[in-house]
Amino acid sequence: MTYRLGVDVGGTFTDILLVDESSGETYRAKTPSTPHDQSVGVLRGIMQACAAADIGLDQVGDVMHGTTIATNAILEGKGARVGLVTTRGFRQVLQIARSFVPGGLAGWIIWPKPEPLAALEDTVEVGGRIASDGTVVEDLDEDDVRAALDKLAAQGVEALSISLINSYANPEHERRVAKVAQEVLGGLTVSVSSSVLPELREYERTLTTVANAYVQPRVARYTANLSEQLTESGVGGKLYILRSDGGLASAATAADNPVSLLLSGPAGGVSGAAWVAEQAGFSDFLTFDMGGTSTDVALVQDRVPRIGRETKVGDLTVRATSVDVRTVGAGGGSIAHVPPLTQALRVGPQSAGAVPGPAAYGQGGVEPTVTDANVVLGYLPTSLAGGEVTLDRAAAAAAVQTIVDATDLGSVEEAAEGIIDIVNENMLGALRLVSVQQGFDPRDFALVAFGGAGPLHANALGRLTGAWPVIIPPSPGVLCAYGDATTSMRDEAVRTLMRPFSSLDDDALRDQLVELADDARASLIRDGLSESDLTVTYAADLRYHGQGFEIPVAIDASAFDGNGGGLASLREAFDAEHERLFSFLLGNEHEIVTVRATASGPRPAVAAPVLASGDADSSGALVGTESIWVDGGAVDAGLYQRDQLLAGNVVTGPAVITEMDSTTLVLPGHAATVHPSGSLLIRPIDQSAADGAEG
Amino acid sequence: MAQIIQTATEPLPTVDVDVITLDLVENALRNARYEMDEVLFRTALSPGIREQHDEFPLIGDPEGKMVVGQFGLSIPDFLENFEGTIEEGDVLLTSDPYSCGAAISHANDWLVVMPIYFEGRIVGWASMFGHMSDVGGKTPASMPTDARTIYEEGVVIPPFKLYKAGVLDEDALRIILNQVRKPDWNRADLNGLVAACSTASRRVQELCARFGADTYTSALDALLDRNYRAMKALLQMVFKDGETLSFTDYICDDGVGYGPYELKLSLTRNGDKVLLDFTGSSPQAKGPINYFINENLVRMFFGIYMITVADPQILWNDGFYPLVDVEIPEDSFWKPKFPAALNARNHGIGRVFDLFGGLLGQTNPDLLNAAGFSSSPHFMYSGNYSEGERKGEWFQLYSIGFGGIPGRPIGDGPDGHSLWPSFVNIPCEYLESYYPLRVEAWETVSDTGGAGLHRGGNAVDAAYRFLEPGTIAIHDDRWLTYPWGVNGGEPGARGRKWIDRVDGTREILPSKIHDVEVAPGDVLHFVTWGGGGWGDPLARDPELVGLEVRRGLVTADGARRYGVVCDASGTVDTDATAALRAELAAGRPDVLPTFNSGPPLEEILARCEEETGLPAPKPPVAL
Repeated sequence: MTYRLGVDVGGTFTDILLVDESSGETYRAKTPSTPHDQSVGVLRGIMQACAAADIGLDQVGDVMHGTTIATNAILEGKGARVGLVTTRGFRQVLQIARSFVPGGLAGWIIWPKPEPLAALEDTVEVGGRIASDGTVVEDLDEDDVRAALDKLAAQGVEALSISLINSYANPEHERRVAKVAQEVLGGLTVSVSSSVLPELREYERTLTTVANAYVQPRVARYTANLSEQLTESGVGGKLYILRSDGGLASAATAADNPVSLLLSGPAGGVSGAAWVAEQAGFSDFLTFDMGGTSTDVALVQDRVPRIGRETKVGDLTVRATSVDVRTVGAGGGSIAHVPPLTQALRVGPQSAGAVPGPAAYGQGGVEPTVTDANVVLGYLPTSLAGGEVTLDRAAAAAAVQTIVDATDLGSVEEAAEGIIDIVNENMLGALRLVSVQQGFDPRDFALVAFGGAGPLHANALGRLTGAWPVIIPPSPGVLCAYGDATTSMRDEAVRTLMRPFSSLDDDALRDQLVELADDARASLIRDGLSESDLTVTYAADLRYHGQGFEIPVAIDASAFDGNGGGLASLREAFDAEHERLFSFLLGNEHEIVTVRATASGPRPAVAAPVLASGDADSSGALVGTESIWVDGGAVDAGLYQRDQLLAGNVVTGPAVITEMDSTTLVLPGHAATVHPSGSLLIRPIDQSAADGAEG
Repeated sequence: MAQIIQTATEPLPTVDVDVITLDLVENALRNARYEMDEVLFRTALSPGIREQHDEFPLIGDPEGKMVVGQFGLSIPDFLENFEGTIEEGDVLLTSDPYSCGAAISHANDWLVVMPIYFEGRIVGWASMFGHMSDVGGKTPASMPTDARTIYEEGVVIPPFKLYKAGVLDEDALRIILNQVRKPDWNRADLNGLVAACSTASRRVQELCARFGADTYTSALDALLDRNYRAMKALLQMVFKDGETLSFTDYICDDGVGYGPYELKLSLTRNGDKVLLDFTGSSPQAKGPINYFINENLVRMFFGIYMITVADPQILWNDGFYPLVDVEIPEDSFWKPKFPAALNARNHGIGRVFDLFGGLLGQTNPDLLNAAGFSSSPHFMYSGNYSEGERKGEWFQLYSIGFGGIPGRPIGDGPDGHSLWPSFVNIPCEYLESYYPLRVEAWETVSDTGGAGLHRGGNAVDAAYRFLEPGTIAIHDDRWLTYPWGVNGGEPGARGRKWIDRVDGTREILPSKIHDVEVAPGDVLHFVTWGGGGWGDPLARDPELVGLEVRRGLVTADGARRYGVVCDASGTVDTDATAALRAELAAGRPDVLPTFNSGPPLEEILARCEEETGLPAPKPPVAL
């Protein structure tokens, strides 16, 4: 079989990308998502894509799927009713939630505290205690456990989570509770904290375990159901799910640890961006994925996305490895408003959402959104999404007029430009979080823009960050599906050590790494990969003894010479990172908090598409001109059709380049060069002239 | 008065700044301020800053007025009191409240102030202070509850140049760190404070490079003006001209046997301006609870309460200060005479939340919350390991407690939280890994939140079992007077502390004490206080009360305070509930009191020993 399938289910659309592995030729399908049962839309899309490629479903190999099923369960509050077993004295660990109140000095007055994911009435405590060094202070009281679980069973919990104090140091009691739970609760799924997150800090570990339990039944049902339907439809390959860290897992493995899928969607975008950037010859870049309500950004260095240890979904922050994606509540639907008291112009965080949507959509929206501002300025042609949506320019102008009325701005164009400038600044804030604030200079990076609105704002963000070129991938709307189809299998194993360097030597640490590597490889080998296919990398979270935060650094396994070379290289790597991030070092001893092994399968061999080549003259794709408002005045912009552009064509700004699911704005003083792989590379004209068009 | 050295002497012109640039600058400054926090949290070593975030950043305009921050620390007062020159590359440090116009208010807080230069002139100030876990003195954590003078409270650093033109004064730092018990903590935390200020400085310089220094500073003026205009409008809306509002609350005792201290705050609007007047408050305390408060800090507190509800996205700044006059009587609790002891001023700071709530809420229903966990009580434990591989090694813990947020106009008060922004508890597993203790319970106590339509949050019971001999210290309050309820809501429960000794005896501890010896096996119960209730408890949904009984947040007995009759599983008896509610309603006045502070003070004092196990404090006297 030579076809592989990438599937990305978003809030509005399901994107399917069928890739001919040998030619790199792709076939796309875009169908409305089916929230009640995502698999309906997925199968419909697969059939459409196969029809476009003129192949039968039986020719489809593996299906790689980025899914928001776990994310949506959290955001919509539609997960399982979770029971939680805690140590006596700690039943309110989620209720107290580390006592954190967000906001400023008077923030507590207006903060609505979210309800815990496991309700307090479904949380029980059991006798038995383990000390921080793993010794048993008091044996587990199994009668107590049984009584507590009976109570939960009677209350009708749908999933169980177990998180006992200090279980990261000794999982014995948790395992015994799990065993009793099998007897008492039968087939209920059980999430055990020492398996989900064997790390110190009881609140974070409990929350992560409960989140896992909360989404598990829904994820398990969905993946089993979809696998079955794929098989019934004749698809011969297996179903894989994209993890938050950008690796793939078999459907079964994914369903065992669904908390690692919460950022599956955004991770697909970053993986897709990595693929596209690589084809265009770039290995260091920022990703900029702007949708209707929010924008996700990440930093990729040497083709490897920065990985974070936290995953944020809505109000929830869990400890799970994920691509370090930062989200800001700014998108095409963000609403501009002027609070009467301060008369400041604010954009977001409120969003018009899909309903009623921007005023320009003509579905009853009257508040001015970012999309309306783009329409007023002429950046968005009057039809979107292949002509399905027609934009109402007058309605957009009327909405933006409300901003003019509330401020001293002179015209709707000025107000619209202000809205765009402010939303761009909000997104710049997110890009700075992953670059400048992590010690990276954005000018050393390219900027890959995608998502429905990304290409429209990308040139401006390039100007603000100095990240050039701005790369607009081919079909930016289905980039996530591309990422799903072009990434590799992955799993990881992690362990808390909490040991000062003085109590470790190279051999002891290497033994730990060997064990972790075996753990990390296990699920992949179970899913059919052979050990020789797998690459294992290692990382450690380090800090100075006494610090509260760790810095992740890669472990160079080859440095372990048995003479302290391994620890020395770790110490050096940590000091370099600390210096880069905070510009000082301390004399304190180094401490290793956690170690992690990540096993990855081979990257799939997928050929890149190649455009027919042309010269710098892009007039073949020019379909007209349109007056747009930019930098305080009206100018005529060329209107181009993207699918008519040839490799080597240069589109000089001001220009608007349209395609089925996206619109790219090229600002005056900038030019977009068409790369043979299909991406547009936007640069300032001065720099383009100096560097020449890159091949 | 500091003499500022600038190579570019021509003043920056004032230029017009459009609303959009203004918002861009505002947003960038907000990001820079959060970045300061981030840098410090990630590098600090002392648990107080690292885990609990006891620190406060600020970015000022060229004159030192705060343009972004969360807690004013007055740079103008600092500069007014500093004798000497300030030039590019200097970094100033102080911990002396009496030498900086109370820009900080006790010697544990180390304040770093850094001028921000751009092209030879000052374009702003970056500043941050953090609470050092230990600054020396006679007791671990440097907060003796019986101190009478600041000389007993550890090293007091006068304002000086920690860095002079970019060069660290190693000798001075060495002398300072020689006074403290955990010099590596102080060194790391201080490094973090300086690194955070350097970060802010870089961000401001980038803004000047991007927009031009003249546009940047003009934007700051406009941001300050935005606050001024907003506040002017708010004052007119909320307060009647010429009318005086007053509110009084208490600190229960001063650590040396006197109390309660009466804290009174009055507000009068006179035309465009308001006067905040502390006249009528108790004289300065003998013990260390005095809260030497800076006038600008009063303004800041007032403003933040006023405007948070009006535009939560506003960048909080000093612009409205000219609209607020502040009167603080000399030699009072709020302005003690040098060298009065100051270490335990955290009770006073916390009570400011309640004072402003009670004062402003009278004319602004959105701000009328009950009294809540307006505190950051301290628990300290220290000693030397007596055995094992760490034998002889010194350990020292400083930890903050949490309690009940009050019932609020928007709903119930969260259980076991804090009014302080960004404070978080230290994970118990972290405590057990780094200290010789075991946490036997960390839970909220049912029925400690005041009953109300919106329930007050519950207090926390933290039970520590000690594994090594050592000494402990406690700093808390509200053990005598009640966290009041509002609009018919009832007060929350008061705090308690006791040790269950390993020999089976129980020892009740006062809320302020240090150097209490503990032995392995002793268990300390550090029980904080609940938040007051908001609104009529009889109007609360009986099913919700039942659910909270199932949750263990309210007991079946406690449900009766809501007029709800239910069993231990929270099943509500509807008829009995209706009957009880009717009975309770008949026995109370038609109009419920706006404030309910529990029994009159005389009665509280008379029953003090019987109810709390502790002797009643003696009335405060003027020194």
